[in-house]
Order: sequence, then structure tokens, then C-alpha cells
Amino acid sequence: MNTPIRRLSVFALILIGILMLNITWIQGFQADSIRADPLNRRTYSERLSEPRGPIQVAGENVAFSENVSPEGEPARYQREYTGGGLYTPIVGSFRTYGASGVEDTENTLLDGSDDRLAVRNFRDIITGREPEGAQVQLTLDPEVQEAGYEAFAGLGGKNGAAVAIDPSTGAVLGAVSYPSYDANEVVSITDLEDATNNYVALENDPAKPLLNRALNERYPPGSTFKVVTAAAAIETLDASPDSTMDAPDRLSLGHDLPNATPGGTCNGGQPDTLAHSIQISCNTSMANWAIEMGGTALSEQATKFGFNPPEGEELEIPLGVTPSFAPPEEDRNILGRAGIGQSNVEATPLQMAMVAAGVANGGEVMRPYVVDAVRDSDLSVITQTSPESYSQAVSASTAQDLTEMMVLVTGEGGSGTNAAIPNVQVAGKTGTAETGTESTHNWFIGFAPADDPQVAVAVVVEFGGGSGNELAAPIARQMMEAVVQ
Amino acid sequence: MSSTSAPEAPTALPPVKRRNAELVLTVIAILITMAGIAIAGLNLNGRVPSAMWTVGLTFGALSAVAHVAMRFLAPYADPLIMPCALFLNGIGVAMIWRLNASHEENIEGAGVGMQLVWTAVGLICCFLIIVFLKDPRILQRYTYISALVAIVLLMLPIIPGLGHAVYGAQLWIKIGPFTMQPSEFAKIALVIFLASYLMSKRQVLQIVGKPIKVGRFTLIELPRARDLAPILVGWLLAIGMLVVLRDLGTSLLLFGTFLAMLYVATQRSSWVTIGLVMFAGGATLAYFLFWHVRARVNIWINTFDQEVYEAVGGSQQLVEGLVGMAYGGLFGTGIGGGQAHNTFAADSDFILASIGEELGLTGLLAVLMVLGLLVERGMRIALAATGPFNKLLTSGIAFVLAYQVFIVLGGISRVIPLTGSTTPFMAAGGSALMASWIMMGILLRISDNARRPAPQSIQDEGATQVIRR
Repeated sequence: MNTPIRRLSVFALILIGILMLNITWIQGFQADSIRADPLNRRTYSERLSEPRGPIQVAGENVAFSENVSPEGEPARYQREYTGGGLYTPIVGSFRTYGASGVEDTENTLLDGSDDRLAVRNFRDIITGREPEGAQVQLTLDPEVQEAGYEAFAGLGGKNGAAVAIDPSTGAVLGAVSYPSYDANEVVSITDLEDATNNYVALENDPAKPLLNRALNERYPPGSTFKVVTAAAAIETLDASPDSTMDAPDRLSLGHDLPNATPGGTCNGGQPDTLAHSIQISCNTSMANWAIEMGGTALSEQATKFGFNPPEGEELEIPLGVTPSFAPPEEDRNILGRAGIGQSNVEATPLQMAMVAAGVANGGEVMRPYVVDAVRDSDLSVITQTSPESYSQAVSASTAQDLTEMMVLVTGEGGSGTNAAIPNVQVAGKTGTAETGTESTHNWFIGFAPADDPQVAVAVVVEFGGGSGNELAAPIARQMMEAVVQ
Repeated sequence: MSSTSAPEAPTALPPVKRRNAELVLTVIAILITMAGIAIAGLNLNGRVPSAMWTVGLTFGALSAVAHVAMRFLAPYADPLIMPCALFLNGIGVAMIWRLNASHEENIEGAGVGMQLVWTAVGLICCFLIIVFLKDPRILQRYTYISALVAIVLLMLPIIPGLGHAVYGAQLWIKIGPFTMQPSEFAKIALVIFLASYLMSKRQVLQIVGKPIKVGRFTLIELPRARDLAPILVGWLLAIGMLVVLRDLGTSLLLFGTFLAMLYVATQRSSWVTIGLVMFAGGATLAYFLFWHVRARVNIWINTFDQEVYEAVGGSQQLVEGLVGMAYGGLFGTGIGGGQAHNTFAADSDFILASIGEELGLTGLLAVLMVLGLLVERGMRIALAATGPFNKLLTSGIAFVLAYQVFIVLGGISRVIPLTGSTTPFMAAGGSALMASWIMMGILLRISDNARRPAPQSIQDEGATQVIRR
């Protein structure tokens, strides 16, 4: 009977050997990928016990951690947010099972695990001080943000987004996405089930409150894109504001392209100047300009403003920005429509704000950013964002021409009079984009003051069904007023 | 007895006691236990906890008594069994203390629950067997009583009023304040039954058969239909466990042990083949018929699927265990330095995952080495044991140990579906610990008998001699 016993003992050893090999595989080789699995919920839950740094807007905490444990028990930090849904699109939320917004992108700094904090962490270990996360200071201007958010709330049930940029630096002063949500509802650590249910409800909400429309939703930009077309006309065709182009009442582009202006004419059917075409938003002349310069010229001009980013080089502010597209068209009909911001042209609100900001800043587009500075808990600066050029989209003289034409838009006889601010020159451009449905998206982009720009904006009202002047321009005006008045 | 072909290593063991070696190893086991508690306290609280002395020395005293008892009661027994078992028991105690401490406000208030009491009870059982079971072969007389005991023990939990479900598994019985897991003892009764049954029937099972040949090669040697009865009964029992008690772990353990012992008794691989085919068939059928079996398999295959993770009774525990092991890496977080206490059943079914996290791959491999050593010493005792019954009994017990570790850690590390089973000596819980020590008692008794020097004559002449035992 000893032979089978020996064999059985070998088999028993094989069983143990399989286990040894398998745990070596798991703990020795797979450990990193298991830790990186999204189902590893420790990364978030274990940090509940450490104080996470605050996120600040204009020196005030808009996200901070508070110890909710009773006296004497181990600390458990609840993340709290101010402002309801006001800052959520940018600040994001730090949930038990994930994070979004700045909470996500600056996570390692906020929780103190970033390499840039290594020296301080080492010092804390030696001095026995409780390690704390760094504080993240945003570029947002609360007045701009509130003006935009409240204006959307006042529209009554319409969704959309608005972005305001400081044209000279690229600092994002406002980034509104509507509807938004109160991050406090999804981050409770005391009532996890409630928090999870609320999050699932937001995920399933047809109004998509979790979507940051300012950065991550593309819309056809409609007539606001005529600024890009005009820029390309001046740059590549040597046009001036006084140059004229055929502006028939109807232009045959596959099916007829009508003029958007009431009465349906730009200059009584006669060739129209570039300046007047921008002022009243003439469709047919701008479509002809696009056809005249060709698809490549138009697309390249758009690329200089930030469209068509190379793959892998999409903008991060540091939140990821969905790329905007204006591809080079060859077909005359499609190209003509691209010249007025339709067909295959699609842009995020941030992209259109960059167009306005580029014109405002003498043709130079600054790289947008929302994190101004990161400071240690003792307020020493860890990182400070310095303004950086994204591109020289147009020459300074072209920018000057564009500005002059855009000022006409908000003036008498212009298409965007609702954006006018008393005693301040406002440059702008309206847009009413076809969506393929009954309703239209209503746009406004612009900047103020025109002679010394301090703020550039882009506003889109999703399926507003009105005109850019009617719905979007007032929102843009209120956001600009928050800066210039 | 054996001897098929090649010359084998000598099976008889020399009558060396080596009790001093046992003493040294026992002291090491005690020191490791105390160090484990001390490190846990330092990691959790920055101080060496008083439990290092209270728990550590209580365990040390129990171990010391056990060692002294060995010197008197089983002086020739294998010297590695007792220290290996004590080491595993001690590591378990230290780990359970550490896990309990994490759930206490003040870790000085943490204890190891009843684990020390059960260790004492287990050791007492072990030595009662060593003292009173002078010759384990008398157990042969109780072949069918053992079978009955095994079946009754297995069925106890489904008796209304007595049975007690814990987390959905109907494995416990409750008498007054005590809960017991009778299946832990059933496996011992089953091994005893199998040893004596197979002892008496093995020649029939071994020899009679009809070879099925392909050309000159014997593909498989099929037994007679009527000899299939015992394997059929074993199979039915295993499937019954699976279906009625929903206990995949015990089902797997009992049937596997049955096959292993059948093989040892008959040396016929056809039995193993038939058994495995039957089990595979039964398991496949069960997979299609019963959702709880399907759920287990789904958890095993799609462990890291979000939906499976979030389902009630889903893969969360398994994922938490694996994540813990991943955090442990090669050298572990140190006892008390990890988050092992957050995993469900961290001190019982998942104690090896807790070890993997806090002692790392290195520590878990060391524990497996000791478990393997214990198993192989058991097998060695079987080789040297006198008589087929003792050989069957001992190899059965050794195999149960190895197989149980395979089922539990294989489940945690996704070699096989997770079934919920206890790790010998380490998992928190009285029944499992007592059963493990009872098995050690049997091993030590058989080992002591086998290595005891042959009776020596104390006179020089005459046909009738006075001998000394």
C-alpha cells in the first residue's frame, strides 16, 4: 500500500505547489494591475481617514473635508461642497467609488500622495505632524460663475453651457454647465446607499447633469464660426472689412441656403462687405468666402484657434476637453455650410470662447487653465500656473479688423444688440445653429471691453429655439458685466 | 504490503525521539506568536500591547504543557507534527487578535475570543486520543457506526430547531449558547469509516475488473457493477451535500478524500477516473439545475466584473481578498499595517488572504510550507504505520489537511470557485480547531506506535519470554 501513499503524497505536494505558484503570480506579478482595477475601492475608502486638502475659489473653500467622527473615535472625513451645483462642473465630486473634475485630476495633490509633496511628507513623518493634502486654488471668478449659472437657471428648463476666459492669460473665469448637481448629494460616507442611489439617478437623468457641457459637449457653432471664416478670409485672401463678396438671397448648396436675417437679404441681393456680413450675420456671403478660400484654408485657420487637435494632444485644463472639429472639406456644398459653422463643424463652448479670446488678445490664443495655484497646508506654493501661449491664430492687424467688425454686431443694426453694455464697447457674434431637429442651438461669443479686453465669453443654449441674440447674448452680457463693471 | 516494482526507501522509522528538537521548534512557534501580537500592537497603536503577554503566555503555557505531555505520553511520535501544528495555531491566534483589535476602540480591550479556549480543548482532545486510543485499529470494529456518525453529523444542521444558518450556509447547529459546525467532525468519522471499510473490501475492489483494451493497451479497467455501490453512495452523498446543504466546500472535500483513500486502498487509477467523471457529471448537472452553483461559478470566472461585484452575494469578498493580497505584495504590510480587517470573514474563511496581505507573499509561502510539511510528515507516518488500516487512516487524514488548504486558498486565489471552508488550525472557530487537533492526536498515536522500538527481551533464554513494552 506504500506506492499509492507515496503517489498521494506527491499529489498533495502538487496541490500545495499549485497554490504557491498561484499566490506568487497574484502577489508578485499581478499586484499592480489588481491595485489599479476600478473595483479596488481602497484607494478612496482608505483616504477617508486622512484630511484632504480644500479646493478654493477666490480664497473661499468650495470643497473641503470635515471630520464627522464622534469625539475620541478615529477620524473619518466627509467631503463637503458649497454653492449647490454652481461649481460642480469644474470642482467635480469625490465619491466613495470614484471622482470627477478637479477632485479627480488633482487627486494626488489633494490627498497629499503626490511626489511633489514628498519632501514635506518626509518632514511630517520626522516631526510627527499629521500629513495634510495640498489646497488647490482655481481661476474661477465667483461673480462671473454666478452670473452665468443664475442666468441659465432663469431661462426656465433650458440646458446649455457658458465659458468665460481672461483673454490675456487663458485663465478660465467661468465655466457653467446647466443643469448641474449638488455634489453633497453623492458623497455621503455615512449614508453610502443614499449617495449611490442619488448618483445612479443622476446617471439616468435624461438632462445629463453629470455631463460638463462647457468642456465635453460638442455643438454645431453656427454663425459664431463666421469669425473663423472671416479670419481666414483676411489672412489667406488678403481681404479687408470692406472687401465684398456675392450675397444672393438664396445660395444653392445642394438644397438652398437661406439668409438668416429677417427679410432674407443681406444687401438687397448685391455683393456685401465682410464687415456688414458679420454685423448682420449674412449666410450666403460667408458661405461664398469659405468656398473662395477652399476647405484647407478654413480648416487650418480653425486649427490655429484650437480645433482639430492631433490625437493624444487634446487640451487638458487639467480637466480633459473634448476636441472640436472643422475638417478640410472638398465638396463645395459642404464647404459652404462649414463656412457658417454647420455641416461637419462641431465645437465645445470652451473652443468658441478660445476663438473670442484669441481675437481679443491680438490674435494670440492663450492656453486655458482652471488651476491657478496649488499650495501646501502652510500656504507655500507647490505649483503656480504661468500663462502660456497656445498659438498665434491670426496677426494682430487681422485681430484688430475682426474686433472692429464684431463691435458692429452689438451696435445699432447688429444681430447681437442684447449683449451691449452701457458705456462699454462689446465685440460679439451671434449664432443660431441648425440641429437637424425643429429646434436650434443659440450661441453668442464675444469679449469686452473691445479696446482693452478683460473677458471673453462663449454661451450656448441647447435647443433654445430662439436666436442667439434673444437667448444667449443676455447671458454673455451678464457674465461680461461681472468683470467690466 | 506494497512492493510493486522499484526498490523503495525504507519505510520503518528509527526509534529516535528527538524531543529536544521538538522543544526548540515549539519555543520558536511561541516566540513567533508573541512577536506577531507585539508587531500588530506597534502597527496599530504604536505600543507593545499587554496581549503579547496575556495571550502570548497563555498560548505559550498551553504549548509547553503539550510538549511535556508529548515527552511522557508519546515519546516516539514524530517530532515535527506538534510544533508545526502549534505554529499554525499560534499564527492564527496572533492574526485573530490583530483583526479583532482593529474593530476595538481601544486595542487593549481586544481579545482572541474563544480561540485560546478552543486551543486548550483541542489539545485536551488530542491527548485524550493519544492516551486512550492505544491501538487505533480497534476503530475498525466500528465501521458502520462511523458511517452513521458521519452521516448524522452532516445532516444535523438541517434538523429544524437545531440547525442554524450563518450567512446563508446551513452548516451550523446551535445548542444553548454554543454553535458547532458538525461537518468538521464528520470528515474525521468519514475517514475512519473509509479506512475500515476499504480495509475489508479492498481486495475485491482491487482485483476484480474487466479491462477495456485498445489494441494492446489497457485503456481502463472497469470494476464490476456491484462493486460500484460504495462509490455511488459516496457520490450521492457529495451531490446531496451540494444540493441540500448548499455546501460546495464540504461536498468537494468529502468526495475528494473518498477518491484519494479509494486509490490508496486499491491502487487502481480506474476508480479515480470513474469518480472524477461522476463528479464532473454531477457538478455539470448541478450547474445547470441550481442557481447557487451557477452563481459561484460566475463569481469565480467574472470576479472583476462590475455587476458581479455589486450583486448581492457577489464577488465583493473575493475581490477584497485579492486586493488585500495585492497590497501585501512580496513582503506584506506587516501585521496590523494593512486593511485586512475590512474583508468579510477575514479571521475565518479568508484568514490566508489576511496573512497574504500583512505578511506578504513571503509569509504566506512560509505558512504553506509549514502546512505542506505537516501533510508530508503525515504521509511519512502512513508509510511507516503498521497495518493497512493505520496506513489508510493516516494517509486519509494527511490528505484531508492538504486538500482542505487547497479548497480554501484555491478559492481565495481563484484556482477553483470559492466555496467557503476553514483553514486547518488557523481559522477562528472551535469546531474546526478541535477537529484539527483530533486528527493530530490520531497521527501522533500511530506515529508513536510505529516508531516505538520493538519489545526487547529481558531474559536471555527460553521459549516464553517476559517482555517489556
